[in-house]
Amino acid sequence: MTATVVTPSSPIATAAGRARDWLTNPKYGPVIVTAVLLVGMFVVGASRYRGFTNPQVIANLFIDNAYLIVLAVGMTFVILTGGIDLSVGAVLAMSTMIAASLLQAGWPPAIIIPLILVATSLLGLAVGLMIHYFQIQPFIATLAAMFLARGLCYVISKTTISITDPVFIALAQTRIPLAPRLSITPSVILAIGLVIVAVVVLHYSRLGRTVYAIGGSEASGVLMGLPVARTKVLVYVISGFCSGLAGVLYSFYTLSGYALTAIGTELDAIAAVVIGGTLLAGGYGFVLGSVLGVLVLGTIQTLITFDGNLTSWWTRIFIGALLLVFIVLQKVLTARRT
Amino acid sequence: MNLNTVMAHRLFWPVVMLLVLLIINLLAFPGFFSIQVRDGHLFGSLIDILRNGSPTLMIAVGMTLVIATRGIDLSVGAICAISGAVACSIILGSSDPGSPATVAVAVGVSLLISLVLGVWNGFLVAVLGIQPIIATLILMTAGRGVAMLITEGQILTVNSPPFKAIGSGFFLGLPISVLIAAVIFVFALVLTRRTALGLMIEAVGINPEASRLAGVRARGLLITVYVFTAVCAAIAGLVLTSNQTAADANNTGLFIELDAILAVVIGGTSLAGGRYSLLGTLIGALVIQTLVTTVYTVGIPPIATMVFKAAVVTAVCLLQSPRTTELIESARRRQAHRRAKAVTA
Amino acid sequence: MTESQPAVSMENISIEFPGVKALDGVSFRMFPGEVHSLLGENGAGKSTLIKALTGVYRIDSGVITLAGEEVSFHSTAEAQAAGVSTVYQEVNLLTNLTVAENIMLGREPRRFGFIDWRATRARAAELLAKLHLDIDPNSRLGSHSLAVQQLVAIARATDIHARVLILDEPTSSLDADEVQELFRIIRELKADGVAILFVSHFLDQVYDISDRLTVLRNGKLVGEYLTDELLRIELVQKMIGKELTVLEDLERKTKQQTVDEHELTPYVRAIGLGRKGSIEPLDLDVYEGEVVGLAGLLGSGRTELARILSGVDRADAGSLEIDGEAKRIRTPRQSIRDRIIYSSENRREEGIVDELTVRDNIVLALQADRGWFRPIPKKRQDELAESYIQALNIRPANPDALLKNLSGGNQQKVLLARWLAIAPRLLILDEPTRGIDVGAKAEIQKLVSNLAENGMSVLYISAELEEVLRLSHRIAVMRDRRMVADIENDDLTSDTLLAIIADGATTEAVA
Repeated sequence: MTATVVTPSSPIATAAGRARDWLTNPKYGPVIVTAVLLVGMFVVGASRYRGFTNPQVIANLFIDNAYLIVLAVGMTFVILTGGIDLSVGAVLAMSTMIAASLLQAGWPPAIIIPLILVATSLLGLAVGLMIHYFQIQPFIATLAAMFLARGLCYVISKTTISITDPVFIALAQTRIPLAPRLSITPSVILAIGLVIVAVVVLHYSRLGRTVYAIGGSEASGVLMGLPVARTKVLVYVISGFCSGLAGVLYSFYTLSGYALTAIGTELDAIAAVVIGGTLLAGGYGFVLGSVLGVLVLGTIQTLITFDGNLTSWWTRIFIGALLLVFIVLQKVLTARRT
Repeated sequence: MNLNTVMAHRLFWPVVMLLVLLIINLLAFPGFFSIQVRDGHLFGSLIDILRNGSPTLMIAVGMTLVIATRGIDLSVGAICAISGAVACSIILGSSDPGSPATVAVAVGVSLLISLVLGVWNGFLVAVLGIQPIIATLILMTAGRGVAMLITEGQILTVNSPPFKAIGSGFFLGLPISVLIAAVIFVFALVLTRRTALGLMIEAVGINPEASRLAGVRARGLLITVYVFTAVCAAIAGLVLTSNQTAADANNTGLFIELDAILAVVIGGTSLAGGRYSLLGTLIGALVIQTLVTTVYTVGIPPIATMVFKAAVVTAVCLLQSPRTTELIESARRRQAHRRAKAVTA
Repeated sequence: MTESQPAVSMENISIEFPGVKALDGVSFRMFPGEVHSLLGENGAGKSTLIKALTGVYRIDSGVITLAGEEVSFHSTAEAQAAGVSTVYQEVNLLTNLTVAENIMLGREPRRFGFIDWRATRARAAELLAKLHLDIDPNSRLGSHSLAVQQLVAIARATDIHARVLILDEPTSSLDADEVQELFRIIRELKADGVAILFVSHFLDQVYDISDRLTVLRNGKLVGEYLTDELLRIELVQKMIGKELTVLEDLERKTKQQTVDEHELTPYVRAIGLGRKGSIEPLDLDVYEGEVVGLAGLLGSGRTELARILSGVDRADAGSLEIDGEAKRIRTPRQSIRDRIIYSSENRREEGIVDELTVRDNIVLALQADRGWFRPIPKKRQDELAESYIQALNIRPANPDALLKNLSGGNQQKVLLARWLAIAPRLLILDEPTRGIDVGAKAEIQKLVSNLAENGMSVLYISAELEEVLRLSHRIAVMRDRRMVADIENDDLTSDTLLAIIADGATTEAVA
């Protein structure tokens, strides 16, 4: 049709134009901002604190936040469809409780871990069915799941159960060396593996494309003949599975199960996804952006630890402020484009 | 009125649930309904339910109005923590923590701050047009950090009799916190039903575009309800803090936003906005608190309360889901059809 | 266009919604390699028929056959698989994804189970090239104009090896050149033997592209015609219909008195009022106590004009004078302050507040005007409700009934009551009698003429010419978003008016 062809005046002008295009594009803009922010935080850290540039600092970011990366992956699927999952923190805690209590009862890890993953996926399935077939808002349905999971934690045990299983301890303490004085844990490898799978699913499978389509417009997706119902339920199953897996990683990390653990982690996961550039209305965003979001949250924590003068509550305030900036940014970007 | 119209009433299921819970209590603990007078104060399980449920009710009243406008406010728990922290730090910082004047200043400043926080939420929702769930998520996240900043990470224990009275004192034989909740409830009822505020809120919640064409100014309305909710939350925060005689930035009002939303939903106000029922919210709050008490009296470990809460939310939501109504309708129709067929045959 | 086996044949189709018969025994057929236009005013049943064919709605009775085979689709996916694809008016694609994805979504070529993006893009590019659409398949759909998005939707539709292609108002967002480009593509598809269903409210385009026409009215079939054999004026007549009315002849005495009033300042005067993409700048005067009829087909700009006059949409050109004073009206609230009231044609979405009572709906605008802190006393509310229920004969006569439980006609009367309660000086009624029964219709018409006699100005929008002719002192005609006539209703006949609506005429030519 009458597609206007713009003749490039100079390479520099096109480069600048392209940069502007990318920044104002709701797909890439927020992710780029997050990446720049992350680099900026590292520059600040490196210039102010000794030892901040140690590669192990970066490795630790992954080690400390492997479970959060896994949660954020599941949350990304849900938020891409325009939904939300408040239950992830409680489901994570429930998984640690199941793991710890069954280990105490002498069950083998090879049965416990699959069992947890199946149980949390089934919980996700129930939530998804409530949301899709009974048209209950995701907020309320996942809130119910949160109560249920947290309550079951208490039912299992009020007190902390420590994990003494040799397999879990081995998985917790193994360090995989990458370079001299640089190592990661098996959990990191698992988390990264999951991220890769998620990227492939979202970008190279029809399921993944349908997830984006639902976020773009559920009604259009139906009219285009896409399997909307099935996919909408499935994202909650995926989020349930990820919460279970995150719980397993978390129990490697803490070597215990505790009913009150990970309170408010759902907020961290949501914050990571939003800061990572996924639109809360759905339709735009990347799993890799969510990973960047987790790293930003982790880096804030690290900066505050290194500083020593700033108290830990600044973390929450920083996260809140970042959320504000990113939500307003998203609002501006989508307003301009539509 | 026949049974069908009673059953169709929006408060039917919540009331049934409340009655069932009370009966369970009565069976498990025959003295449940007895109320004694000690030192001129009323004591008893029912009074306990009222007293422990009052902070949730205060917030739920505001939340009802917010939800009626198609909104939601997740930040109320954080506002509770901030108001408690502000009040306690003022009282601790003053030379005379025990004087009513100090407490009055502390309460006044907390309420003023909550006013500002409410305007902030309202601004994000009404002026910037951010989805309410997200807009209030910001303050939910940052709010507890702010509260920590005020308490400097400490649990601030205050020893001030006038302040302690807010949460655990009695007036005319009734706990002061119950009276405060009653005042808020009646105030909201009168404010929305004696003025046209209730009509406007419902109109905007049911059909925003039709309301705009009828000349309703949604912006001011939205800011008003978010401010009101924030103030309710601050008062609830003061009650909670006073009850514990300490401000704990981490735990004051933790999860209270969820209980408040739950109370509203159980009370029959739809999260989709529109028609609301403050009376329903009152019943909803009582259901939640009675549930907690029941779990105690029946001898189930209290920690399992959350499982029951989950069951109640799920049951109420499923009962209210249009899909369920549809299923019941079609089942009924099929039955009627079969009956009609049987008659003709 | 051979009279061979039809590509689609729908026989005796009926669809009933609660309370309305949306389609009543309608038959419809299309042949391979023809462009067939479906015509009718709002509520005629066009979109219901399309949705029946594409599996969105289930039919209550009737038979649908596709190339001789009886079919029954339960979803759009099934219809698409059978070769029936649709391009909807509001482009139903995903602006958050790329052009290539939008074309190929759900049908991406795969290798080893993964989407083969290279093949996907290549296929998309091929389809775009077929439509001579020179855009990057990797660009985001949302970054393109609506016109391009429309063509992408067609590209998607053609990939399904469509035997039947339904284009529902495809030109509403296109300019003249873009329309020609679309028509070229339609002709190519037609040459390939595709049966194309073309729905548009632009009659010029209908006559330009289609071979055959089917006209619906009020859910019923009016007839099927060859385009070449049906005069445009006949077509419009068939679409609008000449309804037999039970209304007694309204007195026309009010008309005489307006003649000398034109010496005075008009109550509302629009000068060069317009809005980009909505209506071209136009002038309009409305005098006190005058009923101005606004005629024109659906989409001609009649509703858009009303929305701009009342601040629902903002004008971006021209100015407005009230009582000779320049005024800026930017929101409905301001317009209500100036007692200019717009009653929307879209009763459900923009009119009623269905979960509230009759009384609440009646007092809503008045209360909003006073502000919420100055409530109308309960007694006064009851009086208002009672008096309007009486005056407008609202049934059931219960101020506490929820509005959603009232019939369409009674809901409309409640809306009128809401507006009358604020004593408007200019009342803009957009299709106030659409979709309501004959009795209520007559009552509303009578009310309008009484109001004008008492000095209220009324801008009356209706697709029914008889109604406009009967009520109006003066008639303005909109056509293709322009005002093409502004004439006294002295001895106008529906034929003259039809001629203007169908073929257009400048003010000078008619006056």
